[in-house]
Amino acid sequence: MGIEARAITKRFGAFVALDEVNLTVASGQLTALLGPSGGGKSTLLRIIGGLEEADSGSVVIDGVEVSGIPPQRRNVGFVFQHYAAFKHLSVYRNVAFGLEIRKRGKAEIRQRVTELLELVHLEQFADRMPSQLSGGQRQRMALARALAVEPKVLLLDEPFGALDTKVRKELRDWLRRLHDEVHVTTVFVTHDQEEALEVSDSLVVINAGRIEQVGSPNELYDHPANEFVMGFLGPVTRLGEHLVRPHDIEVLTADSTGAVPATVRRLARVGFQVRAELHTAGAQATNGDPDSVPDAAEFDTAVQLTRGQADALDLQVGSRVWLRPSQHASVLAAR
Amino acid sequence: MAELSAAPAGTVRRRGARSVPPETERAPLGVTSGTGLGLAVLWLSLLVLVPLAAVVSRAVGAGPGDFWAAVSTTEAVAAIRLTVLAAAGVSLVNAVMGTLVAWVLVREEFPGKRLVEVLIDIPFALPTIVAGLVLTTLYGPNSPIGVTWYATRPGVLVALLFVTLPFVVRTVEPVLLSLETEAEQAAASLGAGPVRTFVRIVLPAITPAIASGAALAFGRAMGEYGSVVLISGQLPRTEVASQYIYQQIESGYLPDAAATATVLLVISVLVLAALNGLRSWAASRG
Amino acid sequence: MLSTTPDRAAAATGTPSRPRPSRRRVSTSRWVLRLVALAYVGLLVALPVGLVLWRTVDQGAAAFVDAISGPEAIAAFRLTAIVAGSAVLVNTVFGVGAALLLARYRFRGRALLDLAIDLPISVSPIIVGLALVLAFGWTTGWFGPALQNAGLQVIFATPGMVLATAFVSLPLVVREVLPVLNETGLEQDQAARSLGANAVQRFVRITLPTIRWALAYGVVLSIARTLGEFGAVRVVSGNVGGQTQTVTLLVDERAEQFEPGAYQLSVVLIAVAALCIVVISLLRPHGKDG
Repeated sequence: MGIEARAITKRFGAFVALDEVNLTVASGQLTALLGPSGGGKSTLLRIIGGLEEADSGSVVIDGVEVSGIPPQRRNVGFVFQHYAAFKHLSVYRNVAFGLEIRKRGKAEIRQRVTELLELVHLEQFADRMPSQLSGGQRQRMALARALAVEPKVLLLDEPFGALDTKVRKELRDWLRRLHDEVHVTTVFVTHDQEEALEVSDSLVVINAGRIEQVGSPNELYDHPANEFVMGFLGPVTRLGEHLVRPHDIEVLTADSTGAVPATVRRLARVGFQVRAELHTAGAQATNGDPDSVPDAAEFDTAVQLTRGQADALDLQVGSRVWLRPSQHASVLAAR
Repeated sequence: MAELSAAPAGTVRRRGARSVPPETERAPLGVTSGTGLGLAVLWLSLLVLVPLAAVVSRAVGAGPGDFWAAVSTTEAVAAIRLTVLAAAGVSLVNAVMGTLVAWVLVREEFPGKRLVEVLIDIPFALPTIVAGLVLTTLYGPNSPIGVTWYATRPGVLVALLFVTLPFVVRTVEPVLLSLETEAEQAAASLGAGPVRTFVRIVLPAITPAIASGAALAFGRAMGEYGSVVLISGQLPRTEVASQYIYQQIESGYLPDAAATATVLLVISVLVLAALNGLRSWAASRG
Repeated sequence: MLSTTPDRAAAATGTPSRPRPSRRRVSTSRWVLRLVALAYVGLLVALPVGLVLWRTVDQGAAAFVDAISGPEAIAAFRLTAIVAGSAVLVNTVFGVGAALLLARYRFRGRALLDLAIDLPISVSPIIVGLALVLAFGWTTGWFGPALQNAGLQVIFATPGMVLATAFVSLPLVVREVLPVLNETGLEQDQAARSLGANAVQRFVRITLPTIRWALAYGVVLSIARTLGEFGAVRVVSGNVGGQTQTVTLLVDERAEQFEPGAYQLSVVLIAVAALCIVVISLLRPHGKDG
């Protein structure tokens, strides 16, 4: 069940938006499609929703092949980045739209719309026009509208992209809680990795028309399949021959196995974090073996510590320390 | 009042800074939309493209020799020259006056402003022949103020001024309305007087709009017929190109009419393209 | 010339100030500016129009009634209504359709279609007439023989006048509706699709309400334009009194023959034009809201 997209390919002229993409979304899950702009994630979402037709490949929703079926018959709810509110209709009429199209009775419509407006906390705005609502309120209305017709699948295209940071965070939490209550299979597109990591059950990273990796947020963060995924999901820095996360680097005051010497160049306090930039001077052999080839390359490595750690080490600009990846760090070989 | 869609009757609105849905958001043609497109193109072709092609075809059909012979008669040359010069002159005058009027309407408050706005729209909405009658009443043989411009060039010019008045006003007004005065205030605080501020701050911002309006005015003046035909009195020295073409049609000399028409079309296209270029150049520098 | 009144509203909200007409003591140079502008508009427009209104009133009510109720006038009114009405109808349908195509679909030649729709504005009315004659005239046009065989008369008959009037007013509805469709984007339509609405339902419930003011604006512009068309119609009509004479052609005939009635008929047209202007100015603020 859920959603299955097989071998989806889509071109716009010479530009290949999606290249033989396969995706499975489990029923009832909240899945994020994450990736840079232009990478294909919105296109994939729209193909699933029927707003766009793939050049080749098929989409199966809840066991039913929907590839040729227009969006109005797929029973898929869609939420747009810029709300797509029906500006000439009140909030009530907006939410009721899908039900009116399906010619439901007035009483039934009233009951359902009221229920949904209460769910999204917009009951007192029922008679207002969308232009009188804030961005966050309009998006909640859009969600209520999409849920009104009890879709099998809910698709959200960068739903919080047009909102302020604070509102975005609030709505993020709210979406998660809504999903926990309503349990509709949900797919949402975002380019904000923090949002994807925080909200989703399952994360799909898409870049340049291809899926880079699929898994739970923790899996992708801790065990990225490649440099792109690692870099996209969080900060990355280079230490010697490896790519590692700045907060996964141990700072030592004395040489040790596998450690690289470095000098502190810059220190910045940001809230409770301390961010250090260190210059690794390459020449020393690290295990005392006179025949080992010196690591001739020099790098700037970023390290992130807590205040406590930085104070304990008494770090200053110019301090000489040794760096190595911590034990359970995810590490990739640098190219 | 003219803030938003300030398109006067008969104006083509330039797309300018408006957003257009990107390619990736558009839908491909389906059965209904494809048929619709076919019908639209068919209508457009039958109504506009094919008839215009017929004009050009008839003009060049008998060969370049006949074409040049037709357009180089004394009468034809005189008519074309008068038309182009008059249209250029009138566009220039109304570019200046239109900007002035737009400025006063936007920046000044006085009783009767709404009436002035209506007056400006009158040359648009008025049938051209009525405009001609109206002007002939004032400047013609029975003129109450003793100004007789009947069958004179000033008469033709005043008719063209009348019909092209609204264009620059209506293209400049919305731009002026949306200008933020802070740049002007900054200039004033730095010591610039009103004139210098206008020239250096405001003018660059409104030049594209002025060019747009002037282009529309020029196009209109080049082709104007109804308002000119009464006051020009059928004399060769006051005959504009459209009148000349009409005479040729009435006399049955269709290829000659088509030839002159083609010349007129070409001149219009060239000038409009040049003014469009001016507008883009000014906009990119702004 | 500059507004030196402190803009308190802007200062309070920190937003950039809009130009506000100053209410302070007006300097001489600003008075001169106002005077020049008003004098220009007054002399150029108000004076001649006012004179015609005056002359009409001067000639009296009887003359007015005579002029507009004679058989030729009645026939002209009727013909104008038919021709203008048909042209406006056709161009409205074309306008909405073309705007939808240009805003929502991708197809080759979209830019060309856009350009072609703009063409009629820059063509002289006489050339419009000539073009139609050279396309549809029985003895003079490309389609002439075919039309003659079928017994369809376009030139020197009402269909030709409708075509001429439609030609000159072609872009008006498109140019008003298209920007609104472009700005509102495709999302409302797609949202409606995802909610289950078919094409007709979307058009009636979503698209039409969105474009209704722009559409009304365009239609009124078209009405003003089609009622007033003269040059193109003169060429294609043959100007036969009572049969192919519109009100504008009748005004011309009366004026050129120095027969009475030109002023009175003109005043009717001026009144209609003024009415259109008033309606347009009422519709303007709604332009973007839909």
